[in-house]
Amino acid sequence: MEQFLQQLLNGLAVGGIYALVALGYTMVYGVLKLINFAHGDLFTIGAYLGLTLLASCNLAGLLPIPLAMLAVFVMVALLVALIGFLLERAAYRPLRDAGRLSAVVSALGASIFFQNAVMLVYGARVYVYPDFLRPDFTVSLMGVNVPGVRLLVIVASIVLMLGLWAFIQRTRIGAAVRAVAIDPAAARLMGINVDKIISLVFLIGPGLGGAAGLMVGIYYGQIDFTMGWSYGLKAFTAAILGGIGNIPGAMLGGLLLGVIEALAAGYVAMAWKDAIAFLVLILILIIRPTGILGERTADKL
Amino acid sequence: MSLLALSDVTKVFGGLIAINDLSFTVEAGSIVGLIGPNGAGKTTVFNCITGNYTPERGQILFDGTSIRGLRPHRVVELGIARTFQSIRLFGKLPVLENVLAGRHCRMRAGLLSCMLHTPAMRREEEAAVARCMEELDFVGLADRCHEAAGGLSYGNQRLLEVARALAADPRLLILDEPAGGMNDQETAALVEIIRAIRARGVTVLLIEHDMRLVMQICEKLVVLEHGTLIAEGEPETVRANPAVIEAYLGADDEKW
Amino acid sequence: MTRTVFSVALGALICVLPLFCNAYWTDVCVMIGLYALLSLSLNVILGQAGIFHMGHAAFFAVGAYTTAICNTLWQWPIFLTMPLAGATAALFALVVARPIIHLRGDYLLIVTIGIVEIVRIALLNDVFGLTGGSNGIFGIARPRFFDFRIVKSIHFYYLVWGMVGISLVLFYGLWRSRFGRALNCIKADDVAAEGCGINVSRYKLAAFVLGAFWAGMVGTLYAAKMTTIAPESFNFMESVIIFAVVILSGGSQLGVLISAFLFIGLPELLREFSDARMLVFGLAMMLMMIWRPQGLLPPGPRRYPVVDRILGKLHSSGQNASGGLAGLAGAEVETPVNAQTAARTGEDRP
Repeated sequence: MEQFLQQLLNGLAVGGIYALVALGYTMVYGVLKLINFAHGDLFTIGAYLGLTLLASCNLAGLLPIPLAMLAVFVMVALLVALIGFLLERAAYRPLRDAGRLSAVVSALGASIFFQNAVMLVYGARVYVYPDFLRPDFTVSLMGVNVPGVRLLVIVASIVLMLGLWAFIQRTRIGAAVRAVAIDPAAARLMGINVDKIISLVFLIGPGLGGAAGLMVGIYYGQIDFTMGWSYGLKAFTAAILGGIGNIPGAMLGGLLLGVIEALAAGYVAMAWKDAIAFLVLILILIIRPTGILGERTADKL
Repeated sequence: MSLLALSDVTKVFGGLIAINDLSFTVEAGSIVGLIGPNGAGKTTVFNCITGNYTPERGQILFDGTSIRGLRPHRVVELGIARTFQSIRLFGKLPVLENVLAGRHCRMRAGLLSCMLHTPAMRREEEAAVARCMEELDFVGLADRCHEAAGGLSYGNQRLLEVARALAADPRLLILDEPAGGMNDQETAALVEIIRAIRARGVTVLLIEHDMRLVMQICEKLVVLEHGTLIAEGEPETVRANPAVIEAYLGADDEKW
Repeated sequence: MTRTVFSVALGALICVLPLFCNAYWTDVCVMIGLYALLSLSLNVILGQAGIFHMGHAAFFAVGAYTTAICNTLWQWPIFLTMPLAGATAALFALVVARPIIHLRGDYLLIVTIGIVEIVRIALLNDVFGLTGGSNGIFGIARPRFFDFRIVKSIHFYYLVWGMVGISLVLFYGLWRSRFGRALNCIKADDVAAEGCGINVSRYKLAAFVLGAFWAGMVGTLYAAKMTTIAPESFNFMESVIIFAVVILSGGSQLGVLISAFLFIGLPELLREFSDARMLVFGLAMMLMMIWRPQGLLPPGPRRYPVVDRILGKLHSSGQNASGGLAGLAGAEVETPVNAQTAARTGEDRP
């Protein structure tokens, strides 16, 4: 029971991170029908920028640690959002009217570019987040001692997701995002500035992804320049699992994937956890070809 | 025996009954019109016949064999070819290759003979091209065979869909609003083409909103409203049917 | 016409190239050839049938491991393992693709990526105790052609490019047949293709299995060339490169050759940038797509020599070929609405 609870919470923490990254994939897919393969590397950039701001700029020395963390959190999100915005302008906007696959290859190129840019700037070694930054309290939950950082990650990701959900569902701009996702041409006719909405999505998605990168740094304590590939792939898997283009789907898919992985690692075999995650994805898609929350679009005849 | 017989066909979309206990027959060699107000379920009937949808209940017999639930390509192989209401040509491919796509199911060359271009495969290919050119000539598009299908005018695209369907050697041809978007001149030509198709021994079942065209060429009309059959029979009888008049009075885009 | 001239020139260049190259560049050219083969086979799936398949490395891996296992465990001669490697990969493709082939584009993409990852992880974990885990398999024998041992780079060069030549002929034949046309129709609009009588799932599956068969045979060549294979040679990145080669090519075979050269040869030429080489490579990928979104060389139209004869006959027999039965083509009046709709239907459906 204790092991199960620990694995479950670990799964929820990792899943929350997956979900945040998956949101970036799914929102971009929603408005552009593009799989932004560079998204995983924006996440990596978030982790590295966080480290730079925390350690090198010594923010943690200037402010109380929780406050410094919060400030870095916001700054990372903003900086990565800016990079995402520029990425869309430079690499995707010129391909808006070309075939979808051309944009996918451009995204793959951008991914290789970012990954190697990080490597050139920081070097190819593994970086360790300073130990004193990790919250080291534990919480007793149903008689089980849970590391506080785990709970913090879960709470932070849930707060971000709820914030996004409220923004998308409750605001006028959120409604515009939903409208563009359903039918860009019709949205344009209704007076929505589609370009602006796409830019906005490229600010929000990478912003969340960057924040998730920072969270991985704090949670696991170490980062490397290739981690964007694996996290990106997992998050994309999560987005598909939930039904791509569907925002609650990405949240659900992320959490579910995290939990499946953690349980597979705990109960089956660590070495097979990635394979099991993909296997579950394939099985779910065979049963529900559009993901868990994806809507079936009837073939127009 | 009728060429096509629907009995008690019901199709439901998420609780909404699109077709309700529909039965009608199409006799070999005839031209039958399926009419009704917008949203009456006409295209759904077509999609049930062609295998795009599987009806929840009921039986569809083509020449005595059940085709309910068969996949669309099987239905074409058995001898029912169709055109689409919203034109679905392969717009970037040349006109000729669109018709060759219709001929595909009558060709036999396998993977290996295709890779190796065996003499038998070449003969088959030449015969298919010749046949498809005949169909193009039949609808008057032979000279434009190398152009991209998407570049043709609307009316010609509809004709190209007809040629593509005819290339499959159908016994029953299903036309979904063949005159949709055509001008009077084009419609008049279409009437001639449909008659010529029947003269070739192909039975025609069509959906059409242009009542002049329907009254001109159909020997039998089937009238649907809200997925239910409200009248069936010769055009003149159907036209006088009070239920039909009632159904059409509400609809303003139909002209009798 | 220029394309034909260019193809002949390229063919001649490929034949004599190793005479002017040192062993290092000959090896690079062998790699280009291997990637060209993989890309040509993926082109059938992705370029012609429009199936979003980003897991080609999985079939490549199955082929390479089949050869390696048969050769090192049972001493099968390399060339004898080639058809078996192809068949194993094809069978594997058939089994995994059967339940997923109907999935929509992007869903299929992630599933094929998943397959590559599952295969790689299975190989890493020494599945069935045959794959040697993360070390892979070493000591694979050199292929023999009767008494001739294929050892040197230049031998492999002609072996690989000979196979490229054969593949070009066979795949060109396929493209110019009902099979190739059916795949193109499916790519353009699968509902319409099914509605015309094309068995969509069967053809998609056939394209998949054929591509996998080829990738499996390329795996044999790769294993023989390297004599050592390990799971990391078949990771997701390999699939991505093959995928990008096909998209950049534009879909024609000549395009695939040029694109394979750009993707495999260019990083070698960029060696002087050393560390920044992959950075430049990524940038180049973006710039190339922005510069030519449709790809380098989209396939030209298929030729039907018999058509001209038929058209000539129609004209000489006094029939009005353009008017046909209805004389519509001559009399047609293009209203703006019609023209607009025609333009709309001209686009590919999503």
